[in-house]
Amino acid sequence: MKLRVGIPRALFYYYYFPWWKAFLEALGAEVVVSPETNKAVLNDGVKLAVDEACLPVKVFYGHVLALIGQVDVLFLPRLVSVEHKAYICPKLMGLPDMLRASIKDLPRIIDVTVDLSKKPEKLPELVLEVGRFFTGKKKEIMAAWHEATRAQEYAEGLIRQGHMVDNVWSFLAGEAEGLTVDTGAKRFKVALVGHAYNLYDRYISMNIIDRLSRLGASVVTPDFLPDEVINTEAARLPKRMFWSLGKRIIGSTLHFLQQSDINGLIHVASFGCGPDSLVGDLVERYSHRSGKIPFLYITIDEQTGEAGIQTRIEAFTDMLAWKGAS
Amino acid sequence: MKVTFPHMGNLYLTARALVAGFGQEAVVPPPCTKKTLSLGTQYAPEFSCLPLKINLGNYLEAAEMGAEVVVMAGGVGPCRFGYYAQIQREILQDLGYDMEMVVLEPPDAHFRELIDKLNYVARTSWRERLHYAQIAWWKTKAVDDVERLVEKTRARETAYGTADKIYEQARDRIDQAWTKKTIRAAVEEASAALAAVETGRAEEEVVRIALVGEIYTVLEPFMNLNLERHLGRLGAEVTRGIYLSEWINEHLFGGLLRVKGSAKEAKKMAAPYLNHFVGGHGLETVGSAVYYARQGFDGLIQVAPLTCMPEIVAESILPTVSHEQGIPVMTIFLDEQTGEAGLVTRLEAFVDMVSLRKKRKRERVAGLA
Repeated sequence: MKLRVGIPRALFYYYYFPWWKAFLEALGAEVVVSPETNKAVLNDGVKLAVDEACLPVKVFYGHVLALIGQVDVLFLPRLVSVEHKAYICPKLMGLPDMLRASIKDLPRIIDVTVDLSKKPEKLPELVLEVGRFFTGKKKEIMAAWHEATRAQEYAEGLIRQGHMVDNVWSFLAGEAEGLTVDTGAKRFKVALVGHAYNLYDRYISMNIIDRLSRLGASVVTPDFLPDEVINTEAARLPKRMFWSLGKRIIGSTLHFLQQSDINGLIHVASFGCGPDSLVGDLVERYSHRSGKIPFLYITIDEQTGEAGIQTRIEAFTDMLAWKGAS
Repeated sequence: MKVTFPHMGNLYLTARALVAGFGQEAVVPPPCTKKTLSLGTQYAPEFSCLPLKINLGNYLEAAEMGAEVVVMAGGVGPCRFGYYAQIQREILQDLGYDMEMVVLEPPDAHFRELIDKLNYVARTSWRERLHYAQIAWWKTKAVDDVERLVEKTRARETAYGTADKIYEQARDRIDQAWTKKTIRAAVEEASAALAAVETGRAEEEVVRIALVGEIYTVLEPFMNLNLERHLGRLGAEVTRGIYLSEWINEHLFGGLLRVKGSAKEAKKMAAPYLNHFVGGHGLETVGSAVYYARQGFDGLIQVAPLTCMPEIVAESILPTVSHEQGIPVMTIFLDEQTGEAGLVTRLEAFVDMVSLRKKRKRERVAGLA
C-alpha cells in the first residue's frame, strides 16, 4: 500500500507543488491535494484559526482540515527561509506548531524545518531528511531530488511562457485537460503583483485574473519573471528586503514600472498580512513617484464581496481605456 | 546637529544619555499623545502595526522642535520592526521633510557599518562615548529597579496613584542625574518613599499577573493604555516578561552585558509548544507562559499591536499552554481604535476571574488541612 501524503492546496503549494509532487511520488508516495478553496474550506479555516491571523493562514487551516481522514501523513514543512538572509514570515515559521495546538486529531506530519537563511548549503541535508520518511536508501532520495528539480524547472518554464500558475499546476496533476491560452482581444496590459497564494487561488482572489482578462486586459504577474530580474531590481532598495515574498513583489514592481508596454499596476494584498502592509506601501509610493502607471491596491479578506472587486477593477480598466491605452 | 529618537516607555532616559555621549543636542519628542497618534496614523500605511505609526508621530513632532537627525534601531527580520526605518524614511521624504535617518542595525550582522554610523553621528572620542554609554546603562537599570518596586506597591497602596507620583519624580531625577552616585541615590530615595506608602490590601488578596508580549506594547504606557496602572488599581501585582534594560542590551549593546532577566530562560521553555524562533518575542511569549505558570503566577496577559505576526503565532498556541500548564491567559491586541474604557472592562473581568480562582484554591487547601 502506498503511503498517502496530503498537501494542502494553499500557501506554498502555489510555489513548490511540482517539486513536492515529483519528489514524493518518486519515493513511492501517493500525493493527495486538498480540493480547491471553497466556502466550506474557508469557513472551517476561519473558525479554527485565531481572528487576528491573515487570510492565507486561515485558508491553510481549512485545507489541512479537508485532508484529515483522507491521508496517512501531512506534508507541512516549516518554511523559515528558502534563501540566504531572507525569511518567509513569522506565521509560516510557527505554522506546524500553530496547527498542532489547534487540531487535536492531526495525523502524522512531515514538518522538516527548512532554514537556509544562514547556510544555503544545508539544502541537501534537508532533502535527505524528508526522504528518510520514505526510504533509507540515499541513492533513491538523490534520484527523487533530481526528478523533482526537473519537474519544477519544466513547470516554471511553462509559466514563463505565459501560462498561469494554477493552470500549470492543475495540468501537471492531471486535474486539467491542458494548458489554457487566453486568446480574447486585449486592449491593455496589466501587471498584477501579489503573493502567488492570493493571486491564483480563484476563490479568495475572486477570480481576479479572469475578470481582468474579460475586461480586455492581458495580465502579467511576478511569476513570469526570472528570479535574476527580481533580485536585481530588489537590490536597488536602500535596505535589503528580508522577506522573500516581499522581495518578489517589490522587485517585480520596480521592473514593471520601467516597462513601456505596461498600462496599469494592481497590487493584491491580503488583510492581516504583515509584510504586505509595508511592502504594499513601497509599491504604491514607487508607482506614484514614477508618475506614469495608474495603480490600484486591493485588499482581500474573508468578507470581501465579488461585486466590490468587480466594480473596482471595472473602474480601473475604464480609466486605463480613458487614458488612451490601446 | 539636533538628534531625536522614537519613544518607547523610558527609553528616552537611555537615549538622552547616549546622544549626550555623541556630543550632540538631543531633541526628546513630546510625550506620546493623541496628537502623536493622529499624525502617525494619517501618514503611515493603514495596516502597518501601531508602533510604526506612533514612532512616525514622534519624528514629526520632533521635526517641529528642530530635530535634524533620527537615530533608530534596525533589524534583519522577520519581524516588521526591522523595516520600520525604511518605510518611515520614504514617508518623511514624500512629506518633504529634510530629516536624516541613521539606523543602527544589529552589530552581529554589520559591525563595521555600526561603527561607521556612530562615527558619523558622534563628534566625541570613543572614550567619552563609552563613558556616556555607561551612564546610559546605569540610568536604564535604575529606572527598571524603581519600576519593579512600583509594580509591587501599586497593587497594595491605599491611595491610588501614590506610587506613580513617586515613580514620576524618580524618573525625572534619574533623567537629570549624571553620575553613578546620584543615579543610585535617586533609586534609594524612591525605594524608601515606596516602602513608606500606606498599604491596605491583604496579602492573599493580591493576585500576581505576568505581562508578556510584543516589547513596545509592553513597555509603552501610551500604547497599552496604562494597562499596568489599571491592573495595579485592581489589586494585581504585575511582573513583566521583559524590561527596558534587557531590550537595550539585546538590541543596542549586542547582548554583551549580563542582564538579570527571565526572557532568555523563558525562551528555552517554549518547546514542545513552539519549536522555532518566529521573530520578535513570539518564542519568549510562549516560553514565559510556561515559566510563569510554574512560578505559580495567577494569570498571564499577552499584549501586542493588532496584526503583529510573532504574537499571532504565540496567541494561537497559548490556549494549549494555558490548558496544560494551568494558568489563565488573556490576549489583548491594540490598535488606534482601542478605547481605554473597553480595556478596563476586560481587565476587571480577568482580574475578578483570577482572584476567584485563587480564592477557591486557597479554600481547597484550607479544607484539606
